[in-house]
Amino acid sequence: MPFVTPQSKQRTYDAIVVGSGAAGGQTAYTLCMEGARVLMLEAGRRYRPESETPMFQTPDMAPLGGVGTPQKPFGFYDATIDGGWQVPGEPYVRTTEEHGGRFDWWRARMLGGRTNHWGRISLRNGPYDFKPQSRDGLGFDWPIGYEDLAPYYDKVELLIGVYGTSEGLENTPNSPPGCLLPPPRPIVSDYLIAQRARRVGVPTIPGHRAVLTRALDHRSNPKRLHPGNARAQQILAADMQSRAPCLWATPCGRGCSIRANYQSTTVHLPPALATGNLDIMTDAMVYEVTLGPDGRASGVRFVDRTTGRHEQASARVVVLAASACESARILLNSKSPKFPDGLANSSGKVGRYLMDTVGSDVSGQVPLLEGLPPLNEDSADGHQLYTPWWLYREQLAGKLGFARGYHIEFGGGKRMPGPGTGSGLEWLNGGNYGTKFKEDVRRYYGSFVYFSGRGEMIPNENSYCEIDPGGLKDKWGIPVLRFHWQWSEHETRQAAHMQRTFGEIIEAMGGKPEKIETDGARAIAPGGLIIHEVGGAIMGADRRVSVTNQWCQTWDVPNLFITDGAVFPSNADKNPTLTIMAVAWRAADHILASLRRKEL
Amino acid sequence: MDRRTSIKWMLAVSAAWPAWHASRAQAPSAAAATAGAAGYGTDPDLVTSHRRGEFWPLTLTAAQRRLAGVLSDLIIPADAHSPSASAVGVVDFIDEWVSAPYPAQQRDRPIVLDGFAWLDAAAGQRAAGKGFAELEASGQTAICDSVCSAARAAPALEDAVRFFARYRDLTAAAFYSSPAGRQDVGYIGNVPLTSFEGAPPELLRKLNLI
Repeated sequence: MPFVTPQSKQRTYDAIVVGSGAAGGQTAYTLCMEGARVLMLEAGRRYRPESETPMFQTPDMAPLGGVGTPQKPFGFYDATIDGGWQVPGEPYVRTTEEHGGRFDWWRARMLGGRTNHWGRISLRNGPYDFKPQSRDGLGFDWPIGYEDLAPYYDKVELLIGVYGTSEGLENTPNSPPGCLLPPPRPIVSDYLIAQRARRVGVPTIPGHRAVLTRALDHRSNPKRLHPGNARAQQILAADMQSRAPCLWATPCGRGCSIRANYQSTTVHLPPALATGNLDIMTDAMVYEVTLGPDGRASGVRFVDRTTGRHEQASARVVVLAASACESARILLNSKSPKFPDGLANSSGKVGRYLMDTVGSDVSGQVPLLEGLPPLNEDSADGHQLYTPWWLYREQLAGKLGFARGYHIEFGGGKRMPGPGTGSGLEWLNGGNYGTKFKEDVRRYYGSFVYFSGRGEMIPNENSYCEIDPGGLKDKWGIPVLRFHWQWSEHETRQAAHMQRTFGEIIEAMGGKPEKIETDGARAIAPGGLIIHEVGGAIMGADRRVSVTNQWCQTWDVPNLFITDGAVFPSNADKNPTLTIMAVAWRAADHILASLRRKEL
Repeated sequence: MDRRTSIKWMLAVSAAWPAWHASRAQAPSAAAATAGAAGYGTDPDLVTSHRRGEFWPLTLTAAQRRLAGVLSDLIIPADAHSPSASAVGVVDFIDEWVSAPYPAQQRDRPIVLDGFAWLDAAAGQRAAGKGFAELEASGQTAICDSVCSAARAAPALEDAVRFFARYRDLTAAAFYSSPAGRQDVGYIGNVPLTSFEGAPPELLRKLNLI
């Protein structure tokens, strides 16, 4: 059955899944492996990582040395195609261009979505992260706790392959034996950072990323993932054997042709397709969920981007996994007499409580890292170590001035030289040229370190999206979103704390920070820049103030589900992708059980 | 390095303009798409090697290219480690850069072209009728010495200082993106390995890190 067109698709399916990234990939995988027939609709084109990934290309082979442009924001070789903060023909609107109030919306119109280029950082939320309101009175609790999601974190780690260790630190969960792959060995700068960070009270532990540092256990993992389902086990075992472990070169953001890291296109979709239960239609831009006379979702309407024609598809269950804001947009554009303000929006909460991650970075130069011999430090593209949030007690005691924590992603080393090498050295050498300049580039190469804080944002009433009241439409005629954004002092103070902390660490290394910005409002990256946007259709225990229940099932329409980041009632400092997949798997299990009981 | 840091470092060469400023400059309130018409598009072929001028025409004149080569080689001359900038195609890179249709590069174009004109004018003051490329070496270095450091330069030369810093960054960007540049700094990665051993223990001991 694999790739279909509006003409060749089936008349109806068990489920339509809108989107093919982490949420759509996981939802479709779980449904198909357990026998449900699924139509996946993806707005972008088909994408083949095996043949399209620039694995060993060097900057001299790319235009402009491969630097980012509006058409390829993360650089020429980044895996993202037809995507970025601006997508031609698909505008959006915001209420202000100012730093503190703007939101930039990242989209990736391609099969697999942003999983093709993401950072692969895969951290479990901890117990506190599901009950933040109970802990400090701010934001919202999830209707589930860590113990509800823990088995699904296990499953996702066993399926996609995540390296890391279990350190038993506060609110930083362990994984059961066999779930994690060994982390890559640290490089020189990691040892120095770990040693000096400890002196200023900052711990470091091995990172967690979705990269195969060795092959997955194709004998054990499929049995643990699909007990009693011999066919699923067989398909998955075969697929796991066809994924190669990391070859310790070329950046993961380009994607991986040997399938050593997680992308939906290389991990979720191949086994799901192998079941014969999955049809995928690309270039299918969904804009509306249709409502039947029985009050149930009957299917979706979409634009075939290759013809411009408007088409329909139908199924027993509709799952939105189009990314937080796109799923909210589809609901808000699905208006009917019963739902004049958008489908599943009786609470008025669709589009509300958008969150991103608080981000702030500092880089510095460290003389102790000068003059080292040539070293291959490509590793698995960095993140051998990281720092989980470490000041829970001080924070709860009110000593920090902001309520939620952050983790630190850091790195350094002799990365592949490129257009940034040797640029902007004047702050270190005073400005020169000639043979002295070449000597300086050699001297400083590999001696830079960077620290990126990634912290929790608390949902607020002033950060949301709505259908543009000005009536702007995209080139397909679909009404576009307007974004509202506001940080609170919890976020800006946190960003200032990041800056101070990173400066302290760099100074403890004997190094020189390039710039420390102590004004948190200036230090914080604008909303949407970290591309961890979640919320917009939050789950809850009370249908008056949430859009879905704990199963990602909309309160208003029982066969309509949302399995992407839109359902997050909070956005822990942990990068959201692993949690998106765990939540999606849990929801898909619920859908399967309901289908079997004929409730859907 | 995570992807945001890599974009930041890559954009450092674009006059340290973070991405959000770039998108801000081209997108007012309705973030209408402006980047679709020119350039390499949003879906270029990533696996074949691209030549300069393939996606947009190179626009520097022969005289400007000559000056670019002379200046690049003053910044990165041949030495015992590696060849000069012009020997590894830096002029083509600069030409591609200042000819590109993107906002960051369009901002650089007048900086570079005005800088070239300033260099020729400064040369003419030293030797009537001569451009910078025709000046004797001592004159060329005297001019570079006057603008290579913001801290030491005369305040009146502010624009020329900014140009020189930018041009030096672009020259370095091109040179260290090349195979010769990678070799110069001793980069030995981008090769497949069967295992990754991390930091050598003897080095860690020497640095008192274990």
